[in-house]
Amino acid sequence: MKLNDKSAVYVPIESASDLVKARQEGRALANQLGFSPGQATLIASVISELARNIVTYARRGQIVLVTDGNSAVQIRARDDGPGISDVAAALEPGYSTSSGLGLGLPGVRRIADSFDITTGPSGTIVNVTIMRR
Amino acid sequence: MIVPILKQGEFLIASIQSALSDNDLLALRDALVEKVVALRIRGVIIDVTALDVLDSFASRTLRDVAHMVRLRGAQTLIVGIQPDVAFAMVQLGLTLEDIPTALDLEEGLSYFARKKR
Repeated sequence: MKLNDKSAVYVPIESASDLVKARQEGRALANQLGFSPGQATLIASVISELARNIVTYARRGQIVLVTDGNSAVQIRARDDGPGISDVAAALEPGYSTSSGLGLGLPGVRRIADSFDITTGPSGTIVNVTIMRR
Repeated sequence: MIVPILKQGEFLIASIQSALSDNDLLALRDALVEKVVALRIRGVIIDVTALDVLDSFASRTLRDVAHMVRLRGAQTLIVGIQPDVAFAMVQLGLTLEDIPTALDLEEGLSYFARKKR
């Protein structure tokens, strides 16, 4: 899998209404690469979760969508907010039972073909790759 | 994007017309709860056919609506979850818990009609 950064799609995230735009971009990209409607919706949902965390905790940031032009979509969420102090808790399942931090991250990590998170006082970067099935 | 809410007898029908932002979802929640109280409503149908995703926030907001409505003695039914949305929800481990669902608005109306008898 070789990701092509030159054709990356950048979506600035500054307000709740940018979530809708970001997930529409993600769905369009997934459709272009021949992902199933279910997987395209999954990608849109992942973008929605990551972009919401940006708006809620960092105010602003960006979603970057990168593909290998074939069967992989990578979603990169970046912000320069205060960071997640307890990453382990944020990845703990249990949103619906209101334990866990409710960032939507456990579900995202479970479905991701690759998932990495870097967070600190100068910001958070989450990279999620989803492969076409 | 304001979601129109129709009153049909003792029931409310909220039919979502497009993708909604988080704020739109919260506004819908508040409007529904307010109308359930003011209009002595027994059942609420939320038609999510046009919703592009049902992520953790949307699922939680719908659960909240259902719980608030239930505390007022009425019931909520979600109709029109699209197959690809259902697929993504299951993959992400999102649930609507005990909120009843139906295929579409027609099925939803007959659900409440059956209950009434």
